[in-house]
Amino acid sequence: MNEARISAPVPLAFVKRMPPAFSRGTIDTPAGKVFRITTAWSREDRWGAFQSRVSAYRMTYAVAPGLYAVGDPGPGSPVFVSANYKLSFDVLRRSLDGIDGWVLVLDTKGINVWCAAGKGTFGTDELVRRIRASGLEQVVTHRRVIVPQLGAPGVSAAAVARETGFRVAYGPVEARDLKAYLAAGGKATPAMRTVRFTLADRLVLTPMEVLPAARKYPAFAAAVLLTMGLQPSGILFRDAWQQGWPLLLQGSAAIVAGALITPALLPWVPGRSFAAKGWLVGFVTTWLLARFAAPPAGSTGVLAAAVTLLFFPLLSSYIALQFTGSTTFTSMSGTKKELRLFLPVYLAGAAATVVLLAVIKVKEWQLL
Amino acid sequence: MRYLAGVTSLAYDQEKCTGCGRCTEVCPHGVFLLRDRKAAVGDRDRCMECGACAKNCAFGAITVTAGVGCASAIITGMITGGEPVCDCGGPTNAAPGGCC
Repeated sequence: MNEARISAPVPLAFVKRMPPAFSRGTIDTPAGKVFRITTAWSREDRWGAFQSRVSAYRMTYAVAPGLYAVGDPGPGSPVFVSANYKLSFDVLRRSLDGIDGWVLVLDTKGINVWCAAGKGTFGTDELVRRIRASGLEQVVTHRRVIVPQLGAPGVSAAAVARETGFRVAYGPVEARDLKAYLAAGGKATPAMRTVRFTLADRLVLTPMEVLPAARKYPAFAAAVLLTMGLQPSGILFRDAWQQGWPLLLQGSAAIVAGALITPALLPWVPGRSFAAKGWLVGFVTTWLLARFAAPPAGSTGVLAAAVTLLFFPLLSSYIALQFTGSTTFTSMSGTKKELRLFLPVYLAGAAATVVLLAVIKVKEWQLL
Repeated sequence: MRYLAGVTSLAYDQEKCTGCGRCTEVCPHGVFLLRDRKAAVGDRDRCMECGACAKNCAFGAITVTAGVGCASAIITGMITGGEPVCDCGGPTNAAPGGCC
């Protein structure tokens, strides 16, 4: 984000040159001209939201920080603070339909409110800086900013009040509850203060679990085919495929088990540990699949089955453990505990897999 | 949904509490309750160590080691020997994945 574009009041030259697609003209304030934003989502907004859910597109999906107007606000209208991740900003904008107010966008380097609050970029310093830079005290006569509750890990309400004279009121967790919050005179119900993690919340996050794992799949497939095809006489394509395809299938199933099924069924899979949940789902998946996708029976059949049941549930477990980073309720102490417990298990499992594969090869080649 | 029990680093000193209620407002999991004009810790196992309560307690009654409950961040921290940090949003960030 270009620093020159951040300063507010927005320079008129800038207003003329590049009005954002979500703006509808400007309004005059004692601190200068401010863009008026729409509350409706365009096709581009929806497409941008979709791309942010499935790719690294999100990393550059940002809006210019500063003050915006929504509806027909005046000096007594409420001020809503947001992050400059465009999806966060868009969700807020959509929730403000029919409301006259001000939106103060902080520079969070394009990161959403909660994650940025954890890092401190959505924080006391930036809020203080942005309140001053926007000339907010000239724009409104009251001294109150509504900060999303999930911004609280980065914001010290007391420090903001001390520095700027503005009191921080923590709004609801979800922007969609803002109207009810305002209607209740700035009071949030306990339900509005609690973060949830519904099936829809979880599913929308799974593409970013599945896709990074899938990107490593070609390397896995190459290793499987190479190992299975390796014979004393060279690499046999027939062996590579005949023995390899059940493993390739198991590999993709393990990704689906760990990155999609476990997150989707999270509340219903027994246990609290993500590694254990992922292992359980992975084991069931592997076992079911092995019943009709077994490698050709032979002297090494039992060993091959053992490798399959050892390796793939652990792979699913490892992938499911990564989902801790996407949830709304896992703690660092808890995740560290899981890692202390399971990292040695993964390493031992990987070593045992290599040993078993070597034994299979030795038997297959009748070296002993 | 609940995570592992008995792990949180949350500590609360009721002596310092003035009963302002900020912690009950900012906690996204309802860990704090107001009881007899003082905050009280209800279900501490719901704490996710986000740090919102400690950051907003103007009286220093709450401490918690805030951090990300993210396996990938913690593993990265172990490898680099630094603190666990999400790989999202940094200036050198190239990771397509990540929580945010």
